[in-house]
Amino acid sequence: MGQFWIFVRKEMWHILRDKQTLFVLLGMPISQILIFGFALSNEVKNSKIAILDHSKDLTTQQLIKRIESSKYFEITDYLSHSSEIEESFKKGDIKLAIIFSPDFEKNLYHSHEASVQFIADGTDPNVGTTLVNYGSAIIRDYQDELLGEKKLPYQIKPEVRMIYNEQLNASYNFVPGVMAMVLLLVCSLMTSVAIVREKELGTMEVLLASPLNPFFVVISKSIPYLFISIFNILSILFLSYFILEVPIRGSVFLLIAESILFIITSLSLGLFVSSIAKTQTSAMFGTLIGLFMPTLMFSGFMFPIDNMPVPMQILSNIIPSKWFFIIVKSIMIKGLGYMSIWKETLILVLFTILMIFISVKKFNKRLDIE
Amino acid sequence: MATISIQCQHIKKSYTLKKNKIIALDDINLEVYKSEIFGLIGPDGAGKTSLIRILASLILPDSGSAKVEECDVIHDFEKLRTKIGYMPGRFSLYQDLTVQENLEFFASVFNTTVQDNYHLINDIYKQIEVFKFRTAGALSGGMKQKLALCCALIHSPSILFLDEPTTGVDAVSRIEFWEMLTELKRKGMTIFVSTPYMDEASLCDRIALMQSGKILSVSSPSQVKQQYSGTLWSLQSIHMYHLMQALKKWSRVDSAFSFGESIHVGISEQNISEIEIKNYLLQNGISEINIQRIEPTVEDCFMQLMDKN
Amino acid sequence: MNADIIIHVESLTKKFGDFVAVDNISFDVRKGEIFGFLGANGAGKTTAIRMLSGLLQPSGGKASVMGYDVYTQSEKIKAGIGYMSQRFSLYDDLTVIENMKFYGGIYGLSKNDLNHKIQEVIGILKIDEFKNQLVKSLPLGWKQKLAFSISILHNPALVFLDEPTGGVDPVTRREFWELIMNSAHQGTTIFVTTHYMDEAEYCNTVSIMVDGRIDAMNTPQELKKQFNSQDIHSIFVNLARQSTRKEFE
Repeated sequence: MGQFWIFVRKEMWHILRDKQTLFVLLGMPISQILIFGFALSNEVKNSKIAILDHSKDLTTQQLIKRIESSKYFEITDYLSHSSEIEESFKKGDIKLAIIFSPDFEKNLYHSHEASVQFIADGTDPNVGTTLVNYGSAIIRDYQDELLGEKKLPYQIKPEVRMIYNEQLNASYNFVPGVMAMVLLLVCSLMTSVAIVREKELGTMEVLLASPLNPFFVVISKSIPYLFISIFNILSILFLSYFILEVPIRGSVFLLIAESILFIITSLSLGLFVSSIAKTQTSAMFGTLIGLFMPTLMFSGFMFPIDNMPVPMQILSNIIPSKWFFIIVKSIMIKGLGYMSIWKETLILVLFTILMIFISVKKFNKRLDIE
Repeated sequence: MATISIQCQHIKKSYTLKKNKIIALDDINLEVYKSEIFGLIGPDGAGKTSLIRILASLILPDSGSAKVEECDVIHDFEKLRTKIGYMPGRFSLYQDLTVQENLEFFASVFNTTVQDNYHLINDIYKQIEVFKFRTAGALSGGMKQKLALCCALIHSPSILFLDEPTTGVDAVSRIEFWEMLTELKRKGMTIFVSTPYMDEASLCDRIALMQSGKILSVSSPSQVKQQYSGTLWSLQSIHMYHLMQALKKWSRVDSAFSFGESIHVGISEQNISEIEIKNYLLQNGISEINIQRIEPTVEDCFMQLMDKN
Repeated sequence: MNADIIIHVESLTKKFGDFVAVDNISFDVRKGEIFGFLGANGAGKTTAIRMLSGLLQPSGGKASVMGYDVYTQSEKIKAGIGYMSQRFSLYDDLTVIENMKFYGGIYGLSKNDLNHKIQEVIGILKIDEFKNQLVKSLPLGWKQKLAFSISILHNPALVFLDEPTGGVDPVTRREFWELIMNSAHQGTTIFVTTHYMDEAEYCNTVSIMVDGRIDAMNTPQELKKQFNSQDIHSIFVNLARQSTRKEFE
C-alpha cells in the first residue's frame, strides 16, 4: 500500500471511530431532505378542502367528483353559504376552498364562460400554490376533454386568490439548496476542523519534524470526506427523486460530475480555513460564519438574489454556492446540458484553483507560534 | 575528540506578548557529541522547548546558526528531518488510534515499516505490546511515554530530541525511562533531552544548565560539581525553622536552602571549620545540631549559578 | 471524634466497574499538619482527592472532611476547602488583580475583606509591579505562588494541592514551600501531592499509595527507620515497584 493510502486509511480510522460524528455526517443529508421534503409533500397529499357549489348542476357534480378522487384532496366540508368560508379557514380545518359560481353549467354552454374561485390558505405559501396548481390542473383537464368532444371554444376560467400571504415562493428550490449546504458543511467544516485538530493536539508538530511534506497530510485528510460527500450526493438525489419525486430532467452524470467539482471547491475552502485557523473553535466559526451563512443568504436558496440591493447582488457573485445552485437547478429542474452551464462551471474551477494556490502558499513548513 | 552531532552558535529567539518582548533564548552556544546523552536542565520558561524546536527545524531562530548532523537547521531542514527523532513535551500521538496503528502510521510517515527497525524498539515495545489493540488515549502516563518513544525511534534516527519526557511522570517510571535512554545510547544514538528535574542530570554524559534563556554552564555532571565555589554543609536540627532563621542572618553564609530533612549551607570561605559554624549556632541558642561537609548536588550548583546570573 | 482531626477516612473505596481505583484506605489528617500524599501515576491519588473534595461519590467506606460527610455534605466541603492543581489554577488572560477578584468573588468575600487580602498577598509575594500584568506573562514559579495564595484567599481550614511545584525552578520551589509552611503554621491544613521526593521530607506525615492501597504512612523520620532507608525516594521506588497494576491511568 502506498504511503498516501496509508494516510487516507488513518483518516478513515479517525472518522469511523467517532461514531457520533459519522452518524451525523451520513444522516444529516437524509434528515435534511426528509424534513424539507415532507414539510412540503406531506401536506399537499390529502389536503382538506371545502366546496361551495352555488350551481349544483351536472358539470359541477362531475368536477367535484374528479377533485374528490384526486390523491391531493379530501373534501371535508360542503358549504351552503359564502359566509361559512372564512369560518372553515379559521377553524384551521381546510387549506383550500373551491367556489363554483351560480348557473355554472348554463354559463359554460351559453356564454362560454363560467367561473370557479380558489381561496387558499397562504400561511404556507408553498402548500397554497401547490394546491391551487393541482386544482387548476384538474379543471384544465376537464376543459380539454370538453374541447376534444365538442370542439367548441368552451372556457372555464379559474380565478385564483391567495389569502393571508400574497407573495409566494417556488418549490424545487430546496433540493439544490440542501445539496450545497450539506457539501459545504461536510467538506469545508469537517476538513478544516480535522486539520486544525492535528495542530491543536500537537501531532502536527511531530509530523513537521519528519521528512514528510505536511501538505501531504492535509490533502490525505480530505479524501475520506470526498467519499462521504459523494455518498451524500447520491443519497440526496435518490431520496429526492424517488420519495419527493423531484425530477432530474438533465443528465445524471453531468449532475454528479458538477457535484464532485463543488465538493473539491468546498474541500479547497476547508484547506483555506485550516491554513489560517489555529484552534478548532476558530475553524468552526470561520466555516459557519464565513461560508455557511453566505450560502444561506446569497446562494438564492432562501432569498431570491434578484430582489436584493445591487451591492448584495454583486457580493453574491463571490459565493461559490450560488454558482453551484444555478448549475444544479439548470440540470435537474430545467434539464439543460453542458453548454448552458459552462460559465458557472468555469467560475467554480477557477475559484478552486485560487483557493488551493493560496492554501499551499500560506501553509507553513514550520510551527506557527506567535 | 569525539565527532560533533550538534553545533549551535549565537542562537537568539524572542517572542512578543502584548507589546512585551520576551527573550526565550539569549546567545546560545553549544556542542553536542555523537552517542552521548546531553541533558538540557532548567525550570519551565528557561527556553528549553524553544531551543529543541530550533534544533529540530520547527521554528526559526531570530539570529545565529545551528547544524545538526551536518545539516543547517534553516536551509537544509528537509534533509535534517530525515535524520532526527522528535518527541514533543505534550503527548502527541493519535489518542483514538491503537498502539499498533500509531506505530505503523509513524513508520509510514518515514517510508519505513515496523519490521525494518524492530530491533531498535524491541526492548521498549515488548513492555507495551500486550496493549497493542488498545487506543493510545486509554494508556497510563508511563505507557504513553514508551509508545511515544517507540514512534520517535521507528525510523532509526541518528539523533533523538526529547522535550521533557519525564515531566509529570512518577519516580519509578522516570527511572525506567532513563534506563531505556541509556540502552539507546549504548546502541550508538545521540540523545538530546530536556528536563526540569535536577536529579536526572547525573544520568547524562554532559549537561547544560539553563535559566531565563541563558546557558549557565555546559559540562559533565561531575565537572559541574567541581565548579561549585566555596564549601557546602548539610545541617540538621530538631528546630529547623530557628536553624534556618539563624543561618540566613549570618553574614558569612552565602546561601541556605532546605533539602528535604536538612539545610544545605553554602559558605564561600574555603577554610571555615565545623567548630566555627557550631559555635555561631550555639551563640544563637541552637545546640543540638548534626553537621556534615558534603559534595554539592547538581541542584546546589544550579542555585549557585542562578544567584551569580 | 477527636477535635484535632480534620480528615477522617475509614475503609474508603472507589470502584469503576470491576476496577478498584481506591481500595479500602483509612487514615486521619490532623489540623494544621502538612500531609504528603504520594503515589505513582495511576495509584489512585487523584480519585482519592476527588472523593475527599466532594467531587466524586465513593463506592464504600466512610470519610468526613472538616466534620462534613463526603456522601451527603459535599457542597459544604467544596465551600470550605481550597484547591490548587498544576494543570488548572489561574486564568492566563486575566491580570493578577483580576484573578484575585474573580476567585475572591466566587468564595463570597466582601469588598473590604477582598481588598485587604489582595494587598496582603501582593505584600507577601512582592508582586506590586506585576499586579496589572496578565498572568500569562509571569514565570511559572510566580504563577504557582500566586495560585496558592489565591487558593487560601478565603481562609480555608484545609487546602488540597495537586503537584503544585512541577517544573518550577529550584529556588522558587523552596520559596513555594516556605509559603506552604507559613500557612500551615497559621493553622491551615495542607494536603499535598508531589513527584519531588525531597518535598516529601517537609511533610509532617507521608503516605504512599500503591495500587489503590496505602502501603506506608508515618512521619518521614519513622518511615526511614521502618524501611531502614536513607531517604523517602528509595522507599517510594521500592514500594511503587511492587505495583501489579499496569492498566489504568
